[in-house]
Amino acid sequence: MDILLGSIASGILLGMVLSLVALGLTVIFGLMDIVNFAHGEFLMIGMYTGLLTAQATGLDPLLTLPLAAGIGFLLGVLCYGGFVKYLLRGPMIAQLLGTFGLMLVLRNIALLFFGSEDRALHHGLLVGKSFDVGMGIIISATKLAVAVLAVLSFVGVWLLMNRTKLGKALTATALNRQGARYMGIPTERMNALAWGIGGATVTIAGALIVNFWSVNPYVGLIFTMIAFTVVALGGFGSVPGAFFAGLVVGFIMEIPGFWDFFAITFNISWMDAVPMTSFKYTWIYVSYFVIMLISPRGLFGWKQ
Amino acid sequence: MAAPILEVKNIKVRYSGLPVLQGVSLAVNAGETVCVVGANGAGKSTLLRAIMGTQRAFEGQIVFSGREIHRLRTEEIVRLGIVYVPEEKMLFRPLAVEENLMLGAYILSDARRIQESLDFVYTLFPRLRERRLQPASTLSGGEQQMVAIGRGLMSRPQILMLDEPSLGLAPKLVDEVLDTVRRLKEEGMTILLVEQNVREALDLADRGYVIQTGRMVGEGSGKALLASDTFRQAFLGI
Repeated sequence: MDILLGSIASGILLGMVLSLVALGLTVIFGLMDIVNFAHGEFLMIGMYTGLLTAQATGLDPLLTLPLAAGIGFLLGVLCYGGFVKYLLRGPMIAQLLGTFGLMLVLRNIALLFFGSEDRALHHGLLVGKSFDVGMGIIISATKLAVAVLAVLSFVGVWLLMNRTKLGKALTATALNRQGARYMGIPTERMNALAWGIGGATVTIAGALIVNFWSVNPYVGLIFTMIAFTVVALGGFGSVPGAFFAGLVVGFIMEIPGFWDFFAITFNISWMDAVPMTSFKYTWIYVSYFVIMLISPRGLFGWKQ
Repeated sequence: MAAPILEVKNIKVRYSGLPVLQGVSLAVNAGETVCVVGANGAGKSTLLRAIMGTQRAFEGQIVFSGREIHRLRTEEIVRLGIVYVPEEKMLFRPLAVEENLMLGAYILSDARRIQESLDFVYTLFPRLRERRLQPASTLSGGEQQMVAIGRGLMSRPQILMLDEPSLGLAPKLVDEVLDTVRRLKEEGMTILLVEQNVREALDLADRGYVIQTGRMVGEGSGKALLASDTFRQAFLGI
């Protein structure tokens, strides 16, 4: 029973982390239709920002979040204005290869400055702390903090999109770019803003994740892959969709935990022998495939 | 006579290498309703798009209120007071009627003025008020055209350019749309209209232009044009 409840709790928490990682990509890719393969590298930069500022200033890593958000926003706007903007003039493949290149450049810059070794935070208000909520469920403080901030970020982005004029203009640009221009909406600035929001939310995610995940310049790729899955699963353009899809993916990543629960509870010996943990990421793509077969628009999508 | 509010001077536009407009000029005075007629592919829509800056003229000038606008971006041109209601309508389809209208007022910031615009549009099209919370995609073709025109009016343009507003509508709705244009004209709105229902359009316009394969071949009052030879040539091929 402990294993089951523990897996559920950790699935929810991990899911919220993944939701937050995917939130920015929902805005950039899901909404504005621009591919960004460097999304995970933005996360990596957020992780280094959290780690290095915390180490250099002795501040708690949680206090570095505003800095990370600012850096992420600037990075997003600069990447768009200085590079991605020009890719949009070409075919889709230009965005694919171009942002793939951006990924390699950011990764190698990180290698140059930070080296290839794993680094982890050892101090901080939340690092290594956890609560025992009873019934065998132990929740790590860092993951709980990430979950809370993920919910807040989602609410913030949802409010921005649905309750502000700026958000309406972003939505209009996503729905019909030319039509939006005829309303006097500066669509180029909307794209840059989307990249700013995307960059800020994912670097926040990075600065949070570094509390329980070690960082190296290669850390981004797996998050990029997961984020793309979450966006497609949630449905293109849907902010709430990305949130729920993140939770789904979190649970799927806990499949090994559920597997162990069955193996132990019902004492099924062959189940014990299967190395489920090695297939952790495989299940994400299997379930993605299944959901795409049933509902190609994703769970909440309204675009296309 | 005062200078025209909008003046297109000898513009040339190419589309993927082919000449679409080969030196087109046109003038619209404040308060006037001007109609451009011509066969399909003559360059009517291209002319409006060139004014909006979405298709660039490689030669010639476009002057609005004494200011050259042919190098400005579309959103800057909208801010100056030119609004274009495209043939394809380009509604924000999943959004509610009222959300579409409010986006039309994007360049306004005074909440009271926006509310006045909204009231004006709802008085003009009472049916849109009934459907204000419905997604634009669920409306009929005629109602969608009302949203498109209403959205264009929200920012209180100095000149409203309508591109084939009656396209694809049933005859009864065509009359309704043209009646709307007539009402706007009576309100003092400056209108540049491109229409395929040539007779009705020229009938309601103060002046008309005839465009044929990228050139203006006729100009005059609506009634004079309807009677002229160039007009018969352009439309009836005789």
